[in-house]
Amino acid sequence: MGNRKFKIYRGDNTKGELVDYNCDITEGMVVLDAMHRIQADDANDMACRWNCKAGKCGSCSVEINGRPKLACMTRMNEYSPDETIMITPLKAFPIIKDTVTDVSWNYKQNKRIKPFSPAQNKNNTEKGLVMQQVDVERTQHFRKCIECYLCQNVCHVIRDQGAQDKFVGPRFMIRLASLEMHPMDAADRIPAIKDDYGSGMCNITRCCTEVCPEDIQITDDGIIPLKERVVDRYFDPFMMLFRKIFKK
Amino acid sequence: MLDISEIRQIEFDVLVIGGGGAGLCAAITATKESEKVGLICKSLLGKAHTVMAEGGMAAALGNVDKRDHWKIHFRDTMRGGKMLNVWRMAELHARHAADRVRELEQWGAVFDRTKEGLINQRNFGGHRYPRLAHVGDRTGLEMIRTLQDYGIHKDIDIHMECTALDILKDESGKVAGVVCMYRETGEFIIFKTKSLILATGGGGKAWEITSNSWEYTGDGYAMAYEAGAELMDLEFNQFHPTGMVWPPSVRGILVTEGVRGEGGILKNSEGTRFMFDYIPEKFKNETADTEEEAARWLAGDKDARRPPELLTRDVVARAINAEVKAGRGSKHGGAYLDIATRRSAEDIKKKLPSMYHQFKVLAELDITKEPMEVGPTCHYFMGGIRVEADTTMSTVDGLFACGECAAGMHGANRLGGNSLSDLLVFGNLAGMGASKYAKGLSAVPQFSDEDAKRIIRNATSILNREEGENPYLLHENLQKNMQNNVGIIRTDSELQEGIQNIENLKEKNKNVKANGSSQFNPGWHEALAMRNLLITAEAVARAAHMREESRGAHTRDDFRDESEEWYQYNIISKKAEDGNMQIIKERRKEPNPELERIANAKLEDLEAEVAEERKSSI
Repeated sequence: MGNRKFKIYRGDNTKGELVDYNCDITEGMVVLDAMHRIQADDANDMACRWNCKAGKCGSCSVEINGRPKLACMTRMNEYSPDETIMITPLKAFPIIKDTVTDVSWNYKQNKRIKPFSPAQNKNNTEKGLVMQQVDVERTQHFRKCIECYLCQNVCHVIRDQGAQDKFVGPRFMIRLASLEMHPMDAADRIPAIKDDYGSGMCNITRCCTEVCPEDIQITDDGIIPLKERVVDRYFDPFMMLFRKIFKK
Repeated sequence: MLDISEIRQIEFDVLVIGGGGAGLCAAITATKESEKVGLICKSLLGKAHTVMAEGGMAAALGNVDKRDHWKIHFRDTMRGGKMLNVWRMAELHARHAADRVRELEQWGAVFDRTKEGLINQRNFGGHRYPRLAHVGDRTGLEMIRTLQDYGIHKDIDIHMECTALDILKDESGKVAGVVCMYRETGEFIIFKTKSLILATGGGGKAWEITSNSWEYTGDGYAMAYEAGAELMDLEFNQFHPTGMVWPPSVRGILVTEGVRGEGGILKNSEGTRFMFDYIPEKFKNETADTEEEAARWLAGDKDARRPPELLTRDVVARAINAEVKAGRGSKHGGAYLDIATRRSAEDIKKKLPSMYHQFKVLAELDITKEPMEVGPTCHYFMGGIRVEADTTMSTVDGLFACGECAAGMHGANRLGGNSLSDLLVFGNLAGMGASKYAKGLSAVPQFSDEDAKRIIRNATSILNREEGENPYLLHENLQKNMQNNVGIIRTDSELQEGIQNIENLKEKNKNVKANGSSQFNPGWHEALAMRNLLITAEAVARAAHMREESRGAHTRDDFRDESEEWYQYNIISKKAEDGNMQIIKERRKEPNPELERIANAKLEDLEAEVAEERKSSI
């Protein structure tokens, strides 16, 4: 497959540049392999974050030719042989060094979310929770999330508007959805979904769903149903009238 | 001049090193008893190795087969471990696993369900009954995310992307803290602590072909060793027979045993189904000897015997290895694993969805049309830091270990599914043991500034020296050496050569040099990991050289059978007074007679006993 050209961002949040590298590519290589080769041969100190190399941990998120991707699941032969491959850090987060970004904001969002609170009812038995497979499937679908934060990276609210203080982002909307749709969860998060987590901020452009490497239907199965639950609670005309009359 | 008072210090009662299943579980448990609990991890939280586990966690819940019982799980575990397991550890694991799995569910894990709505359980190699609680083929992700989401609401001070360098002790030899470095900034920090729990996983990165990630550099073994703790059973390294060998991007990544379970067969470059030539004498009675019989087994004929592809992991791994050595390997040095001609495309996609996806994306190979190339891959360390079963404390006061980095639970060979439950059971015991120990101390023991300085100087000298060895090259050389000389089949001469090469690499590593600054510098991180890898590799090679028998995952070509004599012994590695590694053949403790009886009982007798017990308790 020959020698290929790369442009990789080197630098930090204050200054940096695209540096040219060349790398011999052999059959079957993914972009992360090329980054490792370059690191070992020409740039020992080039920072790059990775772990499992099999699309299971979500560590190696970068932008490749401007598109958010897992470097370990992006094959070199997806690009034409004369195409220069540009690797840049996720745009929505501050750069620590080279392609590594500071994603700590995401960890703070998770901490704001009320955790699973098991209901204490007849289905919480000494043999465990009693739940039917069909009732846990939606929750399991969301729990496939590998926290690569590619969805957070492309969310317009976070990436373009910089409204990190108003919206937890798609990743945590589906975390909330997985809890709200858990058949044995007893907590009520609807008021917080509206007021604290910013469900109204999402305008359903579905960019998050498009980039999800786990094919989670973030928008249609997660965010929209949560928006509907908020609407049902707060904006249902009958309930509004009811609340007005009874001052609830 | 380095002044220790200028280095930031934080004080804990219990500090955990490692953010995988065992570490998180230990930290969560510790918060019940201890006030100041900390956790540091090399990666971001939730990315540790646990995330890659697929199959499930073994526990005798009895949801699918009511006959299951801890005694039968215990018996399976001991037999799988070729009876070299620490009896008490295997007992604790089998007794507590079910409670831990149910606890995980209360913390938010959403397992697949049975028809009755309980946690579903699946069959796995070596387990008598369907026993593995699971979520499709992503059980590890479920486990780590559950612990993470639950743990962040406990009062745990978490430090991510932070590397532990070495352990500090006080004058009397008690643990006093650990010197660490933030990978992001290169800043040093000293965590003072009453008790320290190592949950650092294994050291598979010493080999070239491994299912392990960059994190698995044996940090826990090396730090414990340097602190004077004993390591045990390090010669037992599990090589999974079917890792991917091609393309390079996925070399070593696991191909689930399920492929063979669904009828997949192994062929060499000549197209021969070679496993028929490798059936060991003691499995002859239960293994099909013709393709015709193997086909009947697959079709569901209960009278037919199992195909030879489903022999134990060590047997299959050895067979593939022998075929490659004989020049009959696949194009890239493995064997062909063929499911395409055995099952319909529809069946394959339904039964093996993640394997289909994995090969499709990473190898551009459609496993419904073409055979996969597979070969043995270094997967798991049965050995590790020697601990006391009930408290998980090592031979150093205040130093605890749990999960893969601890020794004893799995003996000479681990059963699939016993690892995830091990993390929960011993993570829990470590959290309790470390808390109890910490409570017994009135203050954090005092380390000496000189020790802390030495540790920091060792780390910075790698950056400061003018020139030296390239850490990436040293690592590559070590991996080649372990692959060639301390691999799946071992002999005296190769092991000796392997040990000599490690000695040479140790010399070179004294002069290792990393370029660039201390800020997020992978070259430096690689160089720091080299010391740990070398200690781990040396302990493995020396123990493997000493153990003159083949047992479980340890295979000696020059001593092909299990020996009665060696059954009596563990091999201990520790740092001697002169600074060299000391390898000791140490007699095992006499087993508890009741446990010995259970492990050696006939299955039918034990099943009857358990059924009788149940009846009388109703």
